[in-house]
Amino acid sequence: MAARRVDSAPVVIIGAGLHGCSAALQLARRGVPALVLEKNYAGRHASGVNAGGVRTLGRDLAEVPLALASRELWHRIGDLVDDDCGYEQHGQVRVAETGADVAVLRARLDLLAAHGHTHEEWIDAGELRSLVPRLVPSVQGGVIVKDDGAADPYRTTSAFRRKAAALGARFVEGVRVRRVKRDGRQWLVRTDQGDYTAPQLINCAGAWADRIAAQLGEPVPLQAISPMMLVTLAMPHFLDPVVLGTGRPLSFKQRANGTVLIGGGRRAWVDRDAESTELDFRALAEGARMVCELFPHMRAAVVNRGWAGIEAAMPDEIPVIGPSRRHDGIYHAFGFSAHGFQLGPVVGSILADLALQGSTSMPIEPFRIDRFTGR
Amino acid sequence: MFKRLDPAARLAQAEPVRITVNGDTVACRAGDSVAAALFASGIDACRDTAVNEVPRGPYCMMGVCYDCLVTIDGQPNRQACMTPVREGMNIERQLGARKVQA
Amino acid sequence: MMDTTKCELLVIGAGPAGLAAAAAAAQAGLDVMLLDEQAAPGGQIYRAVTTTPVTDRRVLGDDYWHGATLVQPFLQSGARYQPQATVWAVSRMTAAAPDDGFEVAYSVAGEARMLVARHLLLATGAQERPFPIPGWTLPGVMTAGAAQILLKSGGLVSSGRTVLAGCGPLLYLLAWQYLNAGARIDALLETAPAGQWLRALPHAPGFLASGYLGKGLKLLRKVRAAVPVTRAVADLRALGGERLEGVRYTAGGKARELPTDYLLLHQGVVPNVNLARAIGVEHAWNDALDCWEPVTDAWGGTSVAGVGMAGDGAGIAGALAAEHRGRLAALQAAHLLGRLSAGQRDRAAAGPRAALARAVRGRAFFDALYRAPRAYLRPVGDTIVCRCEEVTADQVRQTVKLGCTGPNQMKSFLRCGMGPCQGRFCGLTVSELIAEEQGMHPKDVGYYRLRFPTKPLTLGELAALPQTDASRQAVVRLKK
Repeated sequence: MAARRVDSAPVVIIGAGLHGCSAALQLARRGVPALVLEKNYAGRHASGVNAGGVRTLGRDLAEVPLALASRELWHRIGDLVDDDCGYEQHGQVRVAETGADVAVLRARLDLLAAHGHTHEEWIDAGELRSLVPRLVPSVQGGVIVKDDGAADPYRTTSAFRRKAAALGARFVEGVRVRRVKRDGRQWLVRTDQGDYTAPQLINCAGAWADRIAAQLGEPVPLQAISPMMLVTLAMPHFLDPVVLGTGRPLSFKQRANGTVLIGGGRRAWVDRDAESTELDFRALAEGARMVCELFPHMRAAVVNRGWAGIEAAMPDEIPVIGPSRRHDGIYHAFGFSAHGFQLGPVVGSILADLALQGSTSMPIEPFRIDRFTGR
Repeated sequence: MFKRLDPAARLAQAEPVRITVNGDTVACRAGDSVAAALFASGIDACRDTAVNEVPRGPYCMMGVCYDCLVTIDGQPNRQACMTPVREGMNIERQLGARKVQA
Repeated sequence: MMDTTKCELLVIGAGPAGLAAAAAAAQAGLDVMLLDEQAAPGGQIYRAVTTTPVTDRRVLGDDYWHGATLVQPFLQSGARYQPQATVWAVSRMTAAAPDDGFEVAYSVAGEARMLVARHLLLATGAQERPFPIPGWTLPGVMTAGAAQILLKSGGLVSSGRTVLAGCGPLLYLLAWQYLNAGARIDALLETAPAGQWLRALPHAPGFLASGYLGKGLKLLRKVRAAVPVTRAVADLRALGGERLEGVRYTAGGKARELPTDYLLLHQGVVPNVNLARAIGVEHAWNDALDCWEPVTDAWGGTSVAGVGMAGDGAGIAGALAAEHRGRLAALQAAHLLGRLSAGQRDRAAAGPRAALARAVRGRAFFDALYRAPRAYLRPVGDTIVCRCEEVTADQVRQTVKLGCTGPNQMKSFLRCGMGPCQGRFCGLTVSELIAEEQGMHPKDVGYYRLRFPTKPLTLGELAALPQTDASRQAVVRLKK
């Protein structure tokens, strides 16, 4: 009987999205060469096709400490991965279109202040219009984080992958994990092209991570979602900060090459097994209407392409990050609910901390995997 | 320069359509595309590119190359080969990332 | 104004396949709508056949005027016709009523609309194969097809020095039409390498038995008598600063230069795959034709249920084959939609099937004879590969060497394929270059992943699409 090919590593990471590559990088920096198993290629899904927002703005309170820590890494991203990742820092601002929006934003600032956070600041209508001259004059102000920015998602994920590999991590692409189970003191990862064993396993499998978790006896209510994006042809420069909506969803930015990226979270139809999505143009039309109301000159902008990545959302819209609650040697980081990009750098550190030290100084309690079952 | 065969020239004379191209009045034929009218009036380049600002003209004449982009009646990024001329139409060379020639 | 129209069969494209299909389907009793981008029917091969000012039939020739015979039956068939309509998206799962069929988004005069169709027939035709030589982006350089369109639709011929270059019957056809019109052609530079006819020889019997030989010889004779033809031209390049000034090439071991005002390039046609690929139609590589084409069955059925294809868009086979395949696809649609039994369909199909067999006889010979030389599929140096984003061959090759292994990653690295033509003029070149740099076959390299909109549209146009309750509810609120 032919033995199945077995390969082993000190840590196996499932998924070469940004979080998987970031974990591989941080482990490699500490001398631990992880093996990353990826069913497509690094950055194929959400990590490579998201809006690229690098923001601390507008985050769930639980995410704020992680986002602030990650921001420090972003500011020195070139040192970390030998690539500037296309990072541009011109701030991010949530605009208030109506009085109700103003109230929401004021309440938000109060909430943050009550928790000792000062990174978000009010910007009044006049200042906002000077900062974003093409904005419709009727906006009533907003909340801004001047040190937020945006980067190129595919380039970033590729840079993390490349640097991790340069420091000793191994990447195997085009291999699909079928089964994960305990084998003595090791974890056995059975794929469609061979078996892998490791004493430690990190689940960064994105929109498919619930299947890994389920095999480990900790099912989670993950939903595969597909946020849609549109991009225009290049336009003369008119926008520095990233603009977000408040009362209705929008993510709007102009890149260095002049193209404008329009997102906001409206969802495409998705089949995560076929890895296929279908854009909903009526929903995109809603977003288009909003953009034209906020930026009237955008009526003439030429939309050249639409797409929708495959991402994982949790019911409370914050990720799962942390150790398994059932087994030693298993760690999870998934379910970033369409806002995981900025957290990529710090999550890699957190996972490396957990794997190598058994603990982390970052406050990850709110992200427990067992929070859904009312432990 | 592109010239009209006699039958086409006669039609152009009988029912001319007058358009403005970069400030000059040009007579063309009803049914011409803007691209055809440009070639007929001796204009081979209709824009400068967004990246390197080099001149381009229509390449495929069937709406798939997007090299024939011009500004028509103030609207940029219009395909000259897919737009029929209309009396009074104003065509301007498209410069770089959508600036308009003064 | 928002308009949601319904039909049973939507035909996209008014070339020979679309016209014949729409007419046949309407005659079989289907409710048919035909959408086409141009202002008048005929597609590209029969462009302007109802409006051309070149009414002397000797100029454009009988093959062109055959197209006129397809128009009346279509216009009288009862099929609805919307010209100047650009289709840019097709949905099923996100349609308002997925069980009713496909929802198709299209624009007319800058206004976006939607219609619903139970069955689609894509007759979207072909485009010129990219022909990336140094200087091919200079004003004064255009495709031979472009010059032919100027002639057909505007009665326009170049009045300066004019050189034709490349390979394929269209070069000779255009030269012949120019000579018929009394226009000037200074040279015809053939890029097919010496000895290509030997490779075509195995297919000669089919060609000899077809009707193409007689026609072809007459045409060739007239052109060769009037136009200097140079064979096996290598290292072709267009020269000039702000516009074309001349061409340089090597032939017979010697480098030559010709001053010229216009260079008309052609190295065959390939299917225009963007709409079919975005819909999800499976494609396969055709080795004889160096391009991808949709995988279709004998009725033009594709891998997507409810979507059929016909004409050159389903695989290059010429105008006559296109109209017969259009009829076959229409009969199949009528059968699938319950108008014809399989037996009725098969009986009605006998004529078109026999005509199709006659139409494709001899094409393998042409395909081999006029195969584009590899050097012109795989440019080097600072030859522009992506015209829209001005990316060079060197940049693409270097990026592969740096580890970019596929066309979609190439898009992210270099913006190749991200411009308004959506990869139509660089896709095949990029796949060929990646193949060469990696020692792979283009079929294993793959092609750009294509998505809607398949033609660019303004944000204002998109904003005017109708709203439904479902689309309002689809808005996701970000938790704060």
